[in-house]
Amino acid sequence: MLNKEKYIETNNTKTYIGIILILFCLSNVFFNSFFNIEILKFFPTKVGFLFSFILGILGFYLIRSEQSKLRFINFINLNTNNNNFNGFLTLCILILILVTIPPVINWFILEANFSGDSREACTGEGACWTYIKVWLKRFVYGMYPNEEHWRINLSFFLVVGLGLIGIFVKGKLKKFITLYYVIIYPIIAFLVIYFLISGGSFNLLWVETGAWGGLSLTFIVSFFCLIFCFPIGMLLALGRRSSLPVIKYFSVTFIEFWRGVPLITVLFMSAVMFPLFLPEGMFVDKLVMVIIAISLFEAAYVAEVIRGGLQALPRGQYDAAKSLGMGYWKMYTFVILPQALKLVIPGIANTFLALVKDTPLIFVVGLLEIVGMLNMAKTNPKWLGFAMEGYVFAGIIFWIICYSMSKYSQKLEIKFKTDR
Amino acid sequence: MKKIIPQAITLLLIFLIFGFFTYNANVNMSNRGMEFGYSFLKRAASFDIQFSLIEYSRESSYARAYLVGLLNTLLVAFSGIIFATILGLIFGIARLSKNLLIKEFAAFYVEFFRNLPLLLQLFFWYYAALRILPLPHETEGFHNFYITIKSLYTPSLVWENLSIFLYLIVFSIILIFLLKNYLKKIQEKHGKQFPILIISIVILLLVPSSAFLFGGSSFEIEYPVYKELSATSGTFIGGLAIPPEFIALFLALSLYTGTFIAENVRAGIEGISKGQKEAAASTGLNQKQILNLVVLPQALRIIIPPTTNQYLNLTKNSSLAAAIAYPDVVLVFAGTALMQTGRAIEIVSITMATYLSISLAISAFMNYYNKKVAITEK
Repeated sequence: MLNKEKYIETNNTKTYIGIILILFCLSNVFFNSFFNIEILKFFPTKVGFLFSFILGILGFYLIRSEQSKLRFINFINLNTNNNNFNGFLTLCILILILVTIPPVINWFILEANFSGDSREACTGEGACWTYIKVWLKRFVYGMYPNEEHWRINLSFFLVVGLGLIGIFVKGKLKKFITLYYVIIYPIIAFLVIYFLISGGSFNLLWVETGAWGGLSLTFIVSFFCLIFCFPIGMLLALGRRSSLPVIKYFSVTFIEFWRGVPLITVLFMSAVMFPLFLPEGMFVDKLVMVIIAISLFEAAYVAEVIRGGLQALPRGQYDAAKSLGMGYWKMYTFVILPQALKLVIPGIANTFLALVKDTPLIFVVGLLEIVGMLNMAKTNPKWLGFAMEGYVFAGIIFWIICYSMSKYSQKLEIKFKTDR
Repeated sequence: MKKIIPQAITLLLIFLIFGFFTYNANVNMSNRGMEFGYSFLKRAASFDIQFSLIEYSRESSYARAYLVGLLNTLLVAFSGIIFATILGLIFGIARLSKNLLIKEFAAFYVEFFRNLPLLLQLFFWYYAALRILPLPHETEGFHNFYITIKSLYTPSLVWENLSIFLYLIVFSIILIFLLKNYLKKIQEKHGKQFPILIISIVILLLVPSSAFLFGGSSFEIEYPVYKELSATSGTFIGGLAIPPEFIALFLALSLYTGTFIAENVRAGIEGISKGQKEAAASTGLNQKQILNLVVLPQALRIIIPPTTNQYLNLTKNSSLAAAIAYPDVVLVFAGTALMQTGRAIEIVSITMATYLSISLAISAFMNYYNKKVAITEK
């Protein structure tokens, strides 16, 4: 009993020295990067840094012990400091954080400009958020006329609202949900977007698709491609597993072709080559062409994901369905697809994520969604030199969208996990 | 009958659609006085390309320009693949670390770069990050490396009789491969083990270096030298100049693809049950043997197929180069050459065929590999 107490006590002095050494090392780095003050002035810069680094490693070595009285020291030892190498890595990352975070916060908030509405307001060293404020309408709505923005907002709310109906439907109507989402909802959404955003009837001003742009265009393109690529992909996946050779090899060629080429060449093709294939005088809108091209492209990927799910189902499921006297379509709609789709939710979510991340590529055909608008605003002679702010702004928006999508898909995966 | 009708309808539809398109294309092209053919490839291209690995001038043919673009694509894809693999390995293993800080840092890297569009990252590096770099006359340099807004200047090697050296490298790789098979056979027969890794490193070092002694190969290091044009402008001469387009594309591609590879590596290592390691340990293998003979072969079986897919994605994504004017095959051929000749169908089809053949080759390799490593069940 006595021995043990003594052991802990000697350990404690060692621990305190270690903590002091680590704190000294970190504060040296911190003052150096934040205030440009050198604590170790008597050394040349490089040697000073190295010296404090070695002190830090020594500190991590000293605080390492089996058991300590201090709770947080135990936590540190267990999670970040269980051997010399891990202690070294921990110190490296702490220093990296201390060196990078202060300048980033400085740029983002402390020295940034938020006020004013012209270029002159931006005087500080930091970011110029005034630029984003002034251009925000363009980044969100593109070249769409200012007085008509309510139409985009309204249709956005309508489409989202109609999409949420499925959550509230209960009871008898529930079996029609799939039908609603696969057929009725896309048609309604298309009509809403066509009549509201395009205009031309009901006393609404006609706005050509060339004027659409910004974040709203990103949403429109990804929304339609999401809706279209899923059924096409499902048919292709079924086709690839079909026993009819013509359908099978057609699906295989189709899928492998689209998966083998980059999206940018597909868009090039739709812009420069496809018009040659249309009859004289026939004209397909750029936006429609882009949506078709991206949908076909992503459908090939969706098809491969669904095929994975179909292959993973045990043969017994097919046999059981057949022995009940079900035909091909009945078997697939009521037995096979519901199970297979459940298996491939993460894969499909990943494909959809890729689709959203691919939408900026439509700049190839001259449509400017948010990244395209940024590139245009960047070259405006009044607002030169704010590329960074623009990309950071778009990056934050895209990151929030994509991150929440991937988290949601993980949640779905857990929800639909049925034990076998 | 039930089987023939749907197939016949599909065939008919395909024929109708293709026929419709070809007919229209014929009519349109004859209306505009265009003719179909690939003879334009031999004509002089008469445009400049900023960055090229092989000799190229304005008098070179379109076919040559295509080759320049293709090599540039392969260059950025190859270097991107190597760096992305390194990043993926490091961060994939780091995500499984017992160190909480390291784990969170790796997770941050993966979640951050994976959820941003590649094009946005590319623009960020090219238009925002690399624009902060100094001008040539302001740069200080670091051991003969000069990083400027115009290019990254590094020392380069000027070779004499390079081919002999390269042949010897290929020769030594074949030698190692043969030797490895031979030693493995001996091991299977007599149970005797050889230090294969050390032998192959020695061969790889010794055989090519004999080119300097007997083959007459030699090289000199050429350093970039600053040349002042006026008081506030200058340039570097000599050495190797790596254009910022390449750097931006390389960084964006490898950082983006590295996240996916990291996830693959993590899934591969996590996919091996603890029982495997314990079983190996109980048969008396040591830590190194467990890793080499039990864990890695199984983990690689899970890791390699999706990772080859990522390599393929990286190669296809390198076509984004067109957005920042890095002269890859899309920009040079589907961009500039198409603008000049107006031969949309020919050029787009060649470009697509290029990517298709690359990806078919890679997926053929993948199928071969999958077959080779597949578990043969009894």
